[in-house]
Amino acid sequence: MKNTIDHSTAAATFNKDVERVNWHDETLWFVRSKRDKSAHAIPEWEALRETASNIKNNVLSNMHTYLQEFEANALKNGIVVHWAADGDEHNKIVHSIIAKHGVTQMVKSKSMLTEECHLNEYLADNGVEVIDSDLGEFIVQLRKEPPSHIVLPAIHLKKEDVSDTFNEHLGTEKGNNDPQYLTEAARKELRDTFLTRKVALTGVNFAVAETGEFVVCTNEGNADMGAHLADVHIACMGFEKLIPQRKHLGVFLRLLARSATGQPITTFSSHFKKPREGQEMHIVIVDNGRSTQLGREDFRNSLKCIRCGACMNTCPVYRRSGGHSYHNAVAGPIGSILAPNLDMKKNADLPFASTLCGSCTNVCPVKIDIHDQLYKWRQVLVKEGYTPSSKTMAMKGMSAVLANPSVFKIAGKAGRFVMKNLPFMVNNNLNAWYKQREMPAPPEESFREWYAKKAKESKDKK
Amino acid sequence: MKVGLFIPCYVDQFYPQIGIASLELLQKFGCDVSFPMDQTCCGQPMANSGYAHLTKGCDTNFVANFSEFDYIVCPSGSCTMHVKEHLHSKENEAAATHIRKHVYELTEFLTDVLKVESIEGNFPYRVGMHQSCHGQRGLKLSQMSELNAAPFSKPDQLLRNIKGLELVSLSRKDECCGFGGTFCVTEETVSVKMGQDRIEDHKEHHVDYITGGDMSCLMHLEGILRRQKSNIKVIHIAEILNSI
Repeated sequence: MKNTIDHSTAAATFNKDVERVNWHDETLWFVRSKRDKSAHAIPEWEALRETASNIKNNVLSNMHTYLQEFEANALKNGIVVHWAADGDEHNKIVHSIIAKHGVTQMVKSKSMLTEECHLNEYLADNGVEVIDSDLGEFIVQLRKEPPSHIVLPAIHLKKEDVSDTFNEHLGTEKGNNDPQYLTEAARKELRDTFLTRKVALTGVNFAVAETGEFVVCTNEGNADMGAHLADVHIACMGFEKLIPQRKHLGVFLRLLARSATGQPITTFSSHFKKPREGQEMHIVIVDNGRSTQLGREDFRNSLKCIRCGACMNTCPVYRRSGGHSYHNAVAGPIGSILAPNLDMKKNADLPFASTLCGSCTNVCPVKIDIHDQLYKWRQVLVKEGYTPSSKTMAMKGMSAVLANPSVFKIAGKAGRFVMKNLPFMVNNNLNAWYKQREMPAPPEESFREWYAKKAKESKDKK
Repeated sequence: MKVGLFIPCYVDQFYPQIGIASLELLQKFGCDVSFPMDQTCCGQPMANSGYAHLTKGCDTNFVANFSEFDYIVCPSGSCTMHVKEHLHSKENEAAATHIRKHVYELTEFLTDVLKVESIEGNFPYRVGMHQSCHGQRGLKLSQMSELNAAPFSKPDQLLRNIKGLELVSLSRKDECCGFGGTFCVTEETVSVKMGQDRIEDHKEHHVDYITGGDMSCLMHLEGILRRQKSNIKVIHIAEILNSI
């Protein structure tokens, strides 16, 4: 297991190339602006968000019933249903299906769940080659990188980077940065993959309990290309992907693409209900910490997430630190409230990688109180002992002085306690404030000194 | 109307002129204002760092200082929001509840309680408004750009009749400046980059001043502006509103 580099260190590295950071920030802000335009064009937008939130709350409160209903209906449709308690079991199930068919190659459309479970590495270790067919995923896979964004996996890369990558792996012309040329090259490569793979894996955006069907949303049609040409279709889903009825799709499909990219709807919203003649269809339903999260009252509603990525696009910290600095399959604000549930120690830095500005909560199409959960995770992580002891000491000293006005006054007179102990002064030895900022200049008298003087003057006059 | 003036600890120590402007402004509108001398800090620096369990002492002291007032007014959206959302007292929860319900940020106190429509004043400059996120998204002092909802702005409304003041329209109207409490040192690189970008937006609109309701954001921006040797200055909104 590689050592995790904490968010602030990774972000500092990312910021060494100022032009690239500016470009990253502006590109994602452009996506956020498109989202605004599209959301603001729908008068009932806020009502839609509220409805989606209510539907998902209902699902979270009745998970058991809906899961059973979904399984029963999926079985009736002729789908094989598997249950995986964790990522490892998920990977083993997927591998066993592939092995049963005696193949060593698989095509996969975008699935953040398989990233979360590290399926590609597992299959590679077991001699199965996986090709990611989403263009962004295909690019990062060639570079042996994880996706940096759940909707835009290669958003950290410029077309020049893609050109270099394709030159190295696909033999495209060196220095040809024309997006159409590069996309064409990927298309040719992937077409062959689609035609020759016997097994295709897709994610799931929505699973309908009422009908046992599932819906996969893509812009490239790559999920359909994979699934329709393969003999075996494996669909993997976290159990929170459920919605009760087909009619609820209308709410979510309207919200998903508008929130994600500002499109009215994804180019393809593919409904899969049953295997076609001669095909095998599997669904793997994964827990991997979700029932633990469901049991955490303050954090359960993070499971409402439909993975649109709007919170990332709007997050001023994400835009300036890049997805990889979050060292988690899901980055950004939503990743920062999901990741500590999986591993508190490893992800203790993430809830602190935020100014708590609250923009994430406002764009969330299912109204997850993301910034409030970031605040609450901080409290949990401190109590569980995952913050540096030097910080705890400083905070204890600070709270003792601030709780006692007479000590505060003495400390204030003796050297202006506040000046030395304000958040930006703590760790003064590193002087992180002063590196790129001037200190505020201390005035001749504090407000309270001025006030006391005034009070005395008016008393003397009387 | 008895008003307790709650001055954030860093404003008390670094920016006394904001305390003075707030006090004078409230007095102009007929409030009986006093500043309880034993106030220290609302406890937000600890709470936002994950140490909310260490703020009980601050809470007790806050309640002791402010329970006798009809209203508690503060020239900071951030500190106000912390008190409104998190102040509790084991010994005197009734008093803590009274405070939570009657604590106001300065501009919302003027527009919502005193029903001030606009303020006369003189400030002949181009000004950019940088609202703190806690003031804007927390206290809803103005409409948030993410929502599909009717626009309004309490601070803008108050600035409307200030003579000579030209309020510019920023490209990113409510982007965070990157201060974020301890975030400003624990995530120094990103914090500074956010501040620089926020300033850039103001520069592109040729402002003379950046104003807002929270001096913590402005202190961070001021630190960067001074390092850049920029001519742009920061000024708390209370100082503009108290300009005559």
